[in-house]
Amino acid sequence: MRHFRHRFGQAGNQVGCRFWDLALREHAHVNKKGLYDEALSSFFRNAVLVDMEEGVVNEILQGPLGEVFDSTQLLTDVSGSGNNWAVGHMTYGLAYREQIVDHLRKAAEHCDCLQCFFLIHSMGGGTGSGLGTRVLSLLEEEFPEVCRIVTSIYPSAEDDVITSPYNSVLAMRELTEHADCVLPVENQSLVDIVNKIKRMSHTGKPGSMIKRDSTIISGQGGLTRAEKPFDDMNNIVANLLLNITSSARFDGSLNMDLNEIAMNLVPFPRLHYLVPSLTPLYTLTDVSVPTRRLDQMFSDAFSKDHQLIRADPKHSLYLACALMVRGQVQVSDLRRNIERLKPSLPFVSWNQEGWKTGLCSVSPVGHSHSLLALANNTCVKPTFMELRERFTKLYRKKAHLHHYLHVDGMEQSCFSEAISSLSSLIEEYHHLDATKGKMMPDAPRLGIAR
Amino acid sequence: MSVVTVQLGQCGNQVGQELFDVVCTDVREGPRKTYSAASCERFFYQTTHGDLTARAVLIDMEPKVINQSMTKAAKSGRWKYGDTSHFSQKQGSGNNWANGYCVHGPRHREVVEELVRREVERCDRLSGFMAMMSVAGGTGSGVGTYVTQCLRDIYPKSFILNHLTWPYGTGEVIVQNYNSVLTLAHLYQLSDAILVHENDTVHRICSQLLKIKHISFSDVNRVIAHQLGSVLQPALTADSHGVYSRNPLGELVSALTCHPEYKLLSVCTIPQMPNSSIAYSTFSWPGLLKHLRQMLISNSKMEEGIDWQVRPPSGSERTRSVTGGSFNASVANLLVLRGKDVYSAETGGFEDPTLYTSWLSAEEAFNLWKSPVPFNKYEKSATLVSNSQALLKPLDNMVAKAWNMFASRAYIHQYVKFGISEEDFLDNFTSLEQVISSYSELC
Repeated sequence: MRHFRHRFGQAGNQVGCRFWDLALREHAHVNKKGLYDEALSSFFRNAVLVDMEEGVVNEILQGPLGEVFDSTQLLTDVSGSGNNWAVGHMTYGLAYREQIVDHLRKAAEHCDCLQCFFLIHSMGGGTGSGLGTRVLSLLEEEFPEVCRIVTSIYPSAEDDVITSPYNSVLAMRELTEHADCVLPVENQSLVDIVNKIKRMSHTGKPGSMIKRDSTIISGQGGLTRAEKPFDDMNNIVANLLLNITSSARFDGSLNMDLNEIAMNLVPFPRLHYLVPSLTPLYTLTDVSVPTRRLDQMFSDAFSKDHQLIRADPKHSLYLACALMVRGQVQVSDLRRNIERLKPSLPFVSWNQEGWKTGLCSVSPVGHSHSLLALANNTCVKPTFMELRERFTKLYRKKAHLHHYLHVDGMEQSCFSEAISSLSSLIEEYHHLDATKGKMMPDAPRLGIAR
Repeated sequence: MSVVTVQLGQCGNQVGQELFDVVCTDVREGPRKTYSAASCERFFYQTTHGDLTARAVLIDMEPKVINQSMTKAAKSGRWKYGDTSHFSQKQGSGNNWANGYCVHGPRHREVVEELVRREVERCDRLSGFMAMMSVAGGTGSGVGTYVTQCLRDIYPKSFILNHLTWPYGTGEVIVQNYNSVLTLAHLYQLSDAILVHENDTVHRICSQLLKIKHISFSDVNRVIAHQLGSVLQPALTADSHGVYSRNPLGELVSALTCHPEYKLLSVCTIPQMPNSSIAYSTFSWPGLLKHLRQMLISNSKMEEGIDWQVRPPSGSERTRSVTGGSFNASVANLLVLRGKDVYSAETGGFEDPTLYTSWLSAEEAFNLWKSPVPFNKYEKSATLVSNSQALLKPLDNMVAKAWNMFASRAYIHQYVKFGISEEDFLDNFTSLEQVISSYSELC
């Protein structure tokens, strides 16, 4: 098969670990014959794990998932990147360049048809943001034809890494220039969602009892037994990845290939930030009234609470939207819900019908159906503006700047270029926002001389 | 004579499979030897073991759908696809016409041509090709266009019929209007006739006429297959002297597409109803044909909700070229009648010159095929293939939406990446505007 993925730094590797665990569970559920089927094995074979600290990667290797990876897929260092983007991007990027390219080529050789690269990394730290984005541009150099989908985990405002605004803005420029799609995920949203699920499951009203250990946040049935503090949050991101890849792993009446995501959702090359939302977030024990519940799933996908970044897509402008549905859902259900929701969702004038849909017949374990919505929506703008503000606060005082400028290859222009790249991105979203609600006249058609 | 079917992409491979299934069911029904033999010759050949094998080549850029179609066929126990008549790759065209047309098509040209050649050599007499595909995605539309071009190069004198499935207005592929414009503009230069089914229309037939609650793709494809089958199954033409085994594609093309500006064909069928209602219904030819004629002139693709107010324009209105609002003018029509008492059916209503353009006489513009063999469980059924303004509105919508998107240059970079430039887009828009203009001027 055809994808492979790289994970960078602690956060990336922890999320990835949850992904493998849940993917194993899913395939075991469908494929009762054996735990490890062919579709999945190719996913494993093709993973590359990178961290500049050994801790997390070693933990994965010593855990129950250890046997599915082998040491040729790993790349670690002992000293870490010290939360410094420049160390990850420049120092390690240079030192490990050959080794990384070598790993990538080897992994690529395993694929008889390479479809897509998945990168999972955090924006705030050093290794994930720095080395992760370095690998992104290496991928572009080495495999220009292959689609690059990046899941980026954005830090909360109260992040414990003081330099996280620097790291994030520097990484943003790389993402804007070298990725085909970026799925931004905010730590704070994950925290909110986890809390909400926990609250719901404690105060369940009769008739709407939530199953204990909702599938989204629990790894129940996975290989790893003991759960770690961030597991429930990482599970959400892992579920996002499960849904995106489901169409490639299972059959469905309306396949959605990974390269179709960028083709349909990215009208302009730089505006490739796709806001993900997952529904349903929890399973109810009561499974009656299926139609209503199914429709609720579609409605929820557009509500503020279900977005994986803190954003409100309904009150911003849609450029395009993909609905990836799993389970026994018919085309007619999809169409009915699109018709129902369309009036409440503002779409850009030239893409009033900007919907891409995919159906995968295999539902996630524990759910009868699920939905992943990816929205190319101007609602990402506030997140980016907030980031720019936090960056400017530090940068105005030149705080911590010397740590970066010490690093070979890092210059102050990197900072100014990164911030102007971010500003122009915000500006582009702003321009589109300005067209919202205005009746745009149709472009005059070509005339035919008679 | 035989037809070689080329199934392209997810949609083409699904609709094709349904079509062969419908045809095979029809062939195996009851004792009607000459009819069955003629149909078999058209669509199947027999292996040494006596298995019916479809004269088809299956092409897709991903393996899933082809595997499904081949398995379904084999499971039916009645027919199958040739074991080696398919070609698939591991990775789809990503909904990008340019990727299919500029990259995948040329890359696999030789393999595909070889597969087609083998099917052609199996035919004693080749009637032509039917290429089945959708216009929305990347493989059906892009690779399909490229393959049609190859067929035209290699078999310049054979008939090529393209069967196209037009996408739902919303909700399959966002760039579907771009892909459709590129496909149609190219096929207009290559194909002898373009037979169109709109998903929206067929979906309505499923819900309103067939009363299907949860409509799946397979329901939609089944309706398309039935309509196609009722056109393509053997029938007697005016000059065939009781012989079934004529050239189906040639007859179709010469009956309907007499002018290179007018190649778009639409289909409507009557009756269409749930199986459970058939037993309680009686049909009469005058009733069926009266409805079908009004469906034609008022441009409703369904028996339900026909506008009975629409009338063909009278002589004086004609000269002012006012084609009374919703009246649907035709270039040519082909009426296919199947079933009981077919020879008693009175079809004069379709020979009315006011239905047609002034530059073609009604005798030339109207053709009638008949077969006493009933089709698809209906005692009597009538199908009309029409080269008319029926597709003008959906085509105009498609071009308008694509043009609006093009005005913002949205998504263009995705096509430029594979070698389709802005100028190419403009050329294609221009040629479709020409088609739209020709059809709207019809009177």
